Amino acid sequence: MSIFLEGLFNGISIGSVLLISALGLAIVFGLMGVINLAHGELMMLGAYTTFVVQNIFKGFGEPWFDFYILAAIPFAFLVAGLAGLALEKSVIRYLYGRPLETLLATWGVSLILQQLVRSISSSLSISIAIFCLLWFTPLFFLSRRSNWQQIKSWAIAIILPISLGVATLTGILINNTENKSLTRPWFSARNVDVTAPSWLRGGFAFENFQLPYARLFIIGLTIICVIATYWFLNKSTWGLRIRAVTQNREMSSCLGIPTGKVDALTFALGSGLAGIAGCAISFLGSVGPNTGQNYIVDAFMVVVVGGVGNLFGTIISALAIGIINYIIIVGSSSLAFSLSASNSGDLGFINLVDFFNFFATTSMAKVLVFALIIAFLQIKPAGIFPQKGRGVEL
Amino acid sequence: MNDIIPDSASRFAQSKKQKQKFLIEIATVIGLLIIFAVIMPLVLPEFRLRLLGRFLSLTIVALGIDLIWGYTGLLSLGHGIFFALGGYCLAMYLNLQIPEGTLPEFFTLYGVKELPLVWQPFYSLPVTIILLTFIPALVAGFLGYLIFRNRIKGVYFSILTQAALLVFFNFFNGQQKLINGTNGLKTDTEKIFGLLVSDPKVQLNFYLLTVLFVFLTYVLCRWLTSGRFGRLLIAIRDDENRVRFTGYNPTWFKVLVFAISGAIAGIAGAFYTVQTGIITPSVMQVGFSIEMVIWVAVGGRGTLVGAIIGTLLVRLAQTFLSEKFPEVWLFFQGALFLIVVTVLPAGIIGGIRQLMINIENRQKVVTYPAIDINPEIQAEKEELEHE
Amino acid sequence: MSNRFDRRKFLLYGGATLGSSIFLKACQSPDTATPPETDPGTETPPDTTATGDTIKVGILHSLSGTMAISETTVVDAENLAIKEINAAGGVLGKQIEAVTEDGASDWPTFAEKARKLIDQDEVVTIFGCWTSASRKAVLPVFEEKNHMLWYPVQYEGQECSKNIFYTGAAPNQQIEPAVDWLLENKGKEFFLVGSDYVFPRTANNIIKEQLKANGGTTVGEDYLPLGNTEVTPIITKIKQALPNGGVIFNSLNGDSNVAFFKQIQAAGLTPDKYPVMSVSVAEEEVRQIGTEYLVGHYAAWNYFQTVDTPANTKFVEAFKAEYGDDRVTNDPMEAAYIMVYLWKQAVEKAGTADDLEAVRAAAVGQTLEAPEGTVTMSGNHHISKTVRIGEVRDDGLFDVVSSTDGPIDPIPWNQYVPETKGYACDWTKTDVDNPGKYKI
Repeated sequence: MSIFLEGLFNGISIGSVLLISALGLAIVFGLMGVINLAHGELMMLGAYTTFVVQNIFKGFGEPWFDFYILAAIPFAFLVAGLAGLALEKSVIRYLYGRPLETLLATWGVSLILQQLVRSISSSLSISIAIFCLLWFTPLFFLSRRSNWQQIKSWAIAIILPISLGVATLTGILINNTENKSLTRPWFSARNVDVTAPSWLRGGFAFENFQLPYARLFIIGLTIICVIATYWFLNKSTWGLRIRAVTQNREMSSCLGIPTGKVDALTFALGSGLAGIAGCAISFLGSVGPNTGQNYIVDAFMVVVVGGVGNLFGTIISALAIGIINYIIIVGSSSLAFSLSASNSGDLGFINLVDFFNFFATTSMAKVLVFALIIAFLQIKPAGIFPQKGRGVEL
Repeated sequence: MNDIIPDSASRFAQSKKQKQKFLIEIATVIGLLIIFAVIMPLVLPEFRLRLLGRFLSLTIVALGIDLIWGYTGLLSLGHGIFFALGGYCLAMYLNLQIPEGTLPEFFTLYGVKELPLVWQPFYSLPVTIILLTFIPALVAGFLGYLIFRNRIKGVYFSILTQAALLVFFNFFNGQQKLINGTNGLKTDTEKIFGLLVSDPKVQLNFYLLTVLFVFLTYVLCRWLTSGRFGRLLIAIRDDENRVRFTGYNPTWFKVLVFAISGAIAGIAGAFYTVQTGIITPSVMQVGFSIEMVIWVAVGGRGTLVGAIIGTLLVRLAQTFLSEKFPEVWLFFQGALFLIVVTVLPAGIIGGIRQLMINIENRQKVVTYPAIDINPEIQAEKEELEHE
Repeated sequence: MSNRFDRRKFLLYGGATLGSSIFLKACQSPDTATPPETDPGTETPPDTTATGDTIKVGILHSLSGTMAISETTVVDAENLAIKEINAAGGVLGKQIEAVTEDGASDWPTFAEKARKLIDQDEVVTIFGCWTSASRKAVLPVFEEKNHMLWYPVQYEGQECSKNIFYTGAAPNQQIEPAVDWLLENKGKEFFLVGSDYVFPRTANNIIKEQLKANGGTTVGEDYLPLGNTEVTPIITKIKQALPNGGVIFNSLNGDSNVAFFKQIQAAGLTPDKYPVMSVSVAEEEVRQIGTEYLVGHYAAWNYFQTVDTPANTKFVEAFKAEYGDDRVTNDPMEAAYIMVYLWKQAVEKAGTADDLEAVRAAAVGQTLEAPEGTVTMSGNHHISKTVRIGEVRDDGLFDVVSSTDGPIDPIPWNQYVPETKGYACDWTKTDVDNPGKYKI
C-alpha cells in the first residue's frame, strides 16, 4: 500500500511540474494557436527573477528571508508577463495565422533571451535603454502625423541606424572605460544558486517515505494556478472576451471586443504563468541560461496529448505522463530487481532481467514515453479532448 | 492560386521563354559547378576547402528541407535524426576498415567482445551506401506515416518531429556499448581504400563528391518540383483539404516526400561526417535542426537556389562571427530568425525578386492588357512552376 | 519579353556571383594569403612561427553553449598564468600571445577550431577542452598534425596519446582512492549515479570492477540524460536498493547536479545515512548548487582552494586580485594554471617552442611546486598528483578530510578493467612497438 501511495505521490509530483510548465503554453497555444518556443526562456526569466528577489530579501535579514518566495511568485509572474507582452506587441501580433513563422520567430527570441541573461551588464542595459529611447520617442511623435503611412519606411530607415549606432557606440565607450562595475555581467553564463527557504527544505515523513515540502509546495502552487486560470477564463469579463475571440474573432470584433488587447492579454497571461513555473522549478533544479530548454519539449508533449484548447485535457495528460514516466523507470527496475533475486540461472531469465534493466534508465524511459505518445496519437490524433466543431480541420 | 489559361500566342511565347530560361539555368548551374569543383580547390587552402565542403554538404540537407517545407509546407524540426543516421552509417563502415577479427577500438573500453549485430552489414561499402540512404528514408517514412495518416499537420507535425529528435538524441547518447554514446564515432583516423580519411587527397575527393551531390540533389529536387508531382506538393501546401476532395490521398505523397527528404539528409550527413572527422549525437541537438530551417528561410523558401545560398551565407556568418565575437553570435542568430520571419519572409531570393518587380514597375506602365503579363502574377506563377 | 529575359539572367548570374564572390572573399583568411605547406604524413612538426617577438599559443574552450559555465573559469586560469609569465619576462625572452577560440560546446566545432588554430594561426601549442567528447573530437586533428594539446580536466582514463599532456587526474588519482576511502570509512554498498555520457559510464565501469575486487557491492546505477532535472525516480530506486543507507557515488555533471542535490535533500537522503561522493563537484559548482544542500557531502579532487601550500596562497591571491574577491578556485582551474607553467618549463628546457618533438621530450620529467603540491610530468604524459577527499563546509569550501602522503603516479590504462589490465603507457620507451599501450 505504501509503495502504491509513494508511487502515486511521486507520479503526481512529476506531473505537477509538467503541468505548471505546460499551463501557460496550453493557454497561448490552445487559445491563440501560437507556438511559443520562447516559453522555456520565459520560465527562465521567472527563475532569474526568483534569484534576484531572493538576493534582495537576503539583505532584509532572517525572518524576512524565509518568505521571499511569497514575493518572488508575483514578481516572476509580472516580469515574465511583461516580457511576454513586449514580445506579443513587437513580434507575434504580426504573425497571427502563420504558426510556422511564429515558431521560428519565437525560437529566435529564445536564443536572444538566453544570450541576454549571459551577457547582460549595466553597460548593455544602458545601451538597450538608449536604443529604446532613440527608437520609440521619434516613432511615437511621427506616428501622430497624418502622413505617417507615406513617411513610415523612410523614417524607419533613418531612425533605426541612428539609434542602433548611438546605442552600440555608447556600449563600446562604456566598455572602454574599463569600469568593472558597469561592464561586469550581472548573472554571467554560470548557473545561479536559488536556495529554497528553510521551511521548504526537508520533507514530511509519511510511513517509510518522505514527502518533500518543495514538491508539496509545487503541487499546491499548481492547483492554485489551475483554479485561478479556470476562474479567470470562465468567470471574469476578460476571460469571457478571450473565449469569445477564440471562438469567433470577426464576430467578437463586430461586437466591440478589442481583439488586439485580448490577444496581448492572453499572451501576457500565458507568459506570466511561465514565470510562475520558472519560480517553481528553481526549487528543484538549476537556474541558468539553459534552464528553459530542459522543459520546453516535454511541455509541448503535454499540450499535444491533452488536446488543444482544453485545460482539463492538459491536466489529465500532464498527470498521466508523469505517472507513466515514473512507473516505467521504477517499475521496470524493481521488476528486474525481483527477477534477478529469484534468478535460477535460466538464460531466458537473464535476458528478461537485461530487458527490464534496459528500460530502467531515465534516458530509455524518455524513449518509451515518446513511443507511447505516438501510439496514443494513433488512437486519438487530436489529444484526449479534441476540440469539437464542424470544420474539416481536425 | 489563379489558374490562367493562356491563349495560344502567349503560350507559344511562354514556351519559348521557358526554353531560354531553362538554357540560362543550365548555364548557370554548370558555371557554378566549375567554380566549386575546379576553381575553389585551386584557390583555397586545404583547411578552408574542408570547411567549404562541410558547408556544401549542409546545403544538401537544406535542399531536402526546402523540398518539404518550401514546397509541401511541412516544417520538420527533426532533420537532425536523418542527418545523424546517414553520418553514423558511413562512420560505422569506416570504423570497420580494420584488420579481420579485431573490433573498433572504443568497444574495448566497454568490454564488448563481439561486434553487435547492427554493425554487421557495414563491412561492405555498397551495402553501406544503400543503407545510409535507405535507413533515414525508412525512419522518415515510418515516422511520417504514423503522423500523417491521422492528418496531424502544421505545428503538431513540427512539435512531434522535435520530440522524436530529442528521443533519438537521448537514445544515441545512452548507447555507449553500441555506438560509443556521446563521444560518437571518429572517422579521421580510419582508412578508406587503404588511405587515411583525413588525407588531403581523400578529402579532396570527398569535396568533389559533395559538389557533385549538391548538383545531383539540386537536379532531383528541380525535377521533383516541376511537373505534376511538384504541383501536387504545392497544392498540398496551399490547401490540403481541396487536394483530398479532388480525389488524391495526400498522406502517401507526404510520406513519400518526407522519406525522400530524409534520404537526402542522410546523404548530407554522410558527407558532413567524413569532412568533419567525427559524428556525435550532438548533431541531433534541438538547435541544429531548427538552424537548418533558418538556412532555407534566409535564402528563400520555395526556391532551390535560395536554400543553397542561404546555407552558405549563414554558415559563413557563423564561422566568422563566432571566431571574432563568440558572444554576439547568438544575438545575431536570434535576430536573423526574427528578421527573416518579419521583414523578409520570402528570403534573399524572394526579396531580390520583389525588388526587381518594384524596379520594373517603376519603369513600365502600371496597367497590363492581360492579367498574365502582370509581373506579380508572373512571379507567382514562376515560383509555382519552376524553382 | 527580352526585358524578362534580362531579369532572369540578372537574377541567376547575380546570385551566382554573389555567392561565389562572398565565398572567395570569406574563404581567404585575412592574415594568411598563402598557407604553410604542411605534410601531415611525415613526422616533421609544422613550420610554426616564433620568429617574432611573441610566441603564439591557442586556447580552445567553449565560451558559449552549455559547457561555457565550466570552461570559462578554466580560460580565466590559463589567461592568469600567461599574464604572470609575460609579466615575469615571458618564455625564452618572448611574450606569449594567446589566440582564443570558441568551441561552442559542440564537438565538431572543437575539431574545426583546432584545425584553424594549427593551420591558420600557427600556434605552437593549444591549451583546451573540457569534456571527454571534445577531447576525443580534437584528438585526430592533433595526431594528424602531430601537434600538442594540454588538457586540464580529470577524466576517465583509457587513453594515452603522444600528442596530449593530461594535467587532470587519471582515474587512479581520483576515483579509485575515493572508492577506497569510502569502503574504509562509509560503507560497502554503492549506488552509482551519473550523467548519460562517456565519463560517468566509464568511471562507473571502473568502480564496479574495483568494488568487485575489494569486497564492496554495486546495488544499482542510473544515468540521467544531460540537462534532465527530474530525479524523483532515481531517488525511489536508491531507497529501494539502499533501504538502510549507503554510499551514493555521483558522477553527474552540470545542471543535473543541482537538481540531484536539491531533491535528495528534500526526500530525506541526508549525508549521515546517504553520504554522496562527487567527482564533478568543486568549489565553483558548490556555489551554483547552494551550500545548504551540500554541507556534509564529499568530493574527491587533487586540489581544493583550502589546500595549505605556499604556492596555493599565491595562486588564490593572484586569482582574486585579477578576477574579483567573490571568485573561487577549483581543481580544473588549478590544473589549467599549472599546465601553462609546465609547458613554459618544457619550452625553456628544450630551448625552442617550435620544435614540438623537443618540447615533448623536455616536458617529461618536469617538476613544479604547484598549488596542490609537487607535481611531476611522467612518461605517460600524465602528471603525478596528490589525492584529497574534501567535505563541504558551511562557507562553500572544502575541509580536506583525507589526503595521500605524497603524489600518486598516474595510470592511464586502468588496472581494474579486464580489457586494459596489464597494459601501460610510456612515451619515453623506445623498445616497445606501441609506447602508447604496451603489455608490461
